[in-house]
Amino acid sequence: MMGLAKVFGILLVLVILAALLTWVERRLLGLWQDRYGPNRVGPAGLLQVVADMIKILFKEDWVPPFSDRLGFILAPAIVMASLLVAFAAIPITPDIDIWPMNGIGLLFILAMISLSVYSTVLGGWASNNKYSLVGALRAVAQMLSYEVFLGLSLLGVVLQAQSFDLRQIVAAQAGLWFVVPQFLGFVVFMTAGIAAIHRLPFDLPEAESELTAGFHTEYSSMKFGIFFIGEYVGIVLVSAMLATLFFGGWLGPVLPPLLWFLTKTGAFIAFFILLRAALPRPRYDQLMAFGWKLLLPLALLNLMVTAAILLAT
Amino acid sequence: MYSLLRTIWLIFLHLFHRRVTVEYPERKAYLAPRWRGRIILSRDPDGEERCVACYLCAVACPVDCIFLQKGELVGGRWYPQQFRINFSRCIFCGYCEEACPTYAIQLTPDFEMSEYDRHNLVYEKEDLLISGVGKYPGYSFYRVAGLAIPGKDKGQAENEEPPFDPKRLLP
Amino acid sequence: MTVAFYLAAAVAVLATVQVVASTNAVHALLSLIVSLLAVAVVFYVLGAPFAAALEAIVYAGAIMVLFAFVVMMLNLGAAATLEERAWLGPRVWLGPGFLSAVLLGLLVFLLRTAGGPASGGVVAPQPVGAALFGPYVLAVELASMLLLAGLVAAFHLGR
Repeated sequence: MMGLAKVFGILLVLVILAALLTWVERRLLGLWQDRYGPNRVGPAGLLQVVADMIKILFKEDWVPPFSDRLGFILAPAIVMASLLVAFAAIPITPDIDIWPMNGIGLLFILAMISLSVYSTVLGGWASNNKYSLVGALRAVAQMLSYEVFLGLSLLGVVLQAQSFDLRQIVAAQAGLWFVVPQFLGFVVFMTAGIAAIHRLPFDLPEAESELTAGFHTEYSSMKFGIFFIGEYVGIVLVSAMLATLFFGGWLGPVLPPLLWFLTKTGAFIAFFILLRAALPRPRYDQLMAFGWKLLLPLALLNLMVTAAILLAT
Repeated sequence: MYSLLRTIWLIFLHLFHRRVTVEYPERKAYLAPRWRGRIILSRDPDGEERCVACYLCAVACPVDCIFLQKGELVGGRWYPQQFRINFSRCIFCGYCEEACPTYAIQLTPDFEMSEYDRHNLVYEKEDLLISGVGKYPGYSFYRVAGLAIPGKDKGQAENEEPPFDPKRLLP
Repeated sequence: MTVAFYLAAAVAVLATVQVVASTNAVHALLSLIVSLLAVAVVFYVLGAPFAAALEAIVYAGAIMVLFAFVVMMLNLGAAATLEERAWLGPRVWLGPGFLSAVLLGLLVFLLRTAGGPASGGVVAPQPVGAALFGPYVLAVELASMLLLAGLVAAFHLGR
């Protein structure tokens, strides 16, 4: 019974948080662009979320007659389901987590992130639209490349903690957060994480300025809304992973563990929004070259140096 | 790489900058008198319509949003029987004002014309015609033009000399 | 756990049948992904969480994405579906069906002699790694050489 309450509690908090992030993002972007953002509906514009929700729910839920119906309907569900399920493995505090996954929590999250790419691929292909297909192809290439060092950059952490279990990884950071010895891994993982959830500097699959909206050009109503919310769930997931793997999760003085976790995760979410405000989108070949020629050697170097030091001591 | 980090840092510093947004409905921006907004038809100082239904505004309009119909008063003075501007087409370019020979059609610094129904943006003559003189007080077309109207014969307009009499022998 | 095993196994079998029977290539691919994920669950239930995770990451997450990439580039339309349907006539099923029946018989026979699904302890990632780089290091190195050769060849062909 307690477990069920946790599951639904975390699920509810996540979905509400993701919906709220649409407002947070617009306000923060406004702040960094010297303007206000939504500030009309409700106190500080907070009810904008509700207004957007009502609007998007009452739009026509249109499935294009030229689309592949199964794929078109399945695609938004995949991103939401896979990213939400991934949270099951993240220990929020010593008391709050869902399932430690027999010590493979980290791998489980990586697997779910890699499955989430099917939503973009399937959505882009099923839309039967050239822009969408190009978006889907970009998503595939980007995902395949960045998944490699998404995993590789974490191996240093795994080596140091000697476990794939996120609880033990957090526990291993009691003395020193992994961001200090694994700084290279942290940088690579953050970059790869942004690319894996195709968040803004690396949002080539949707790239509204060149592909209209990429893989979700044909989507409308709540199917689009789920893609939209799914992106925010992805942000929360990568932020929570960064906080857990490199910044000691719930560890921290004075404040209760839950607050520490939320603070760290929130800081990373804000940082991602800052990246969106600050950085332009790279060209597609630049993205690929950046990944394979810079990040991959860095991740390998990080792994080898960590392994060598661990062997020597 | 350094430039990227510098960009991120500089954008972050915008957290502490003043916001440039003007909160519109509460604080309204200053609009210059010659700002091109809602179109009106003005009257001359005598209270008569300035418009002489010459159709130049309708010709000048690039989006063809002006429609008018000429009428004629007893003394030969022209006036628009109908004057209709479709503001859902109007692009507020101000060409009609440029074209108008009598300063009748003028653009005003008012732009708040939102409607729920598009048909409400079609303004008829009674919506357009104001009782004032607009931007040109004291100007009356028939007082300066040479055309004869009741109460003002030829040569009686302002800055006008009496008409030349061809039957006279003096130069 | 036994229920989970049989459920996942049933899903895997059904999805695999769907892979063969589906006339739309992308739908078949989706079924294959479901099948692989079900197999991952089977691995997990049998006490091999590491293998399960690798199955999901490598097969379902990476290799199938490449398959999807290729199939999408082929631009298969309604014509391909019709062609596929024509190929999948009743007579085509005879040969593979017979072979599968033989395999099924073999499987049932083996299961009867060997007993039900084995359920040893949970195999943690560390013993897997130790085994791979201990007794089986030669196989790992050979596989990596093969992959390297493939990589070099692909790079050469792609130039």
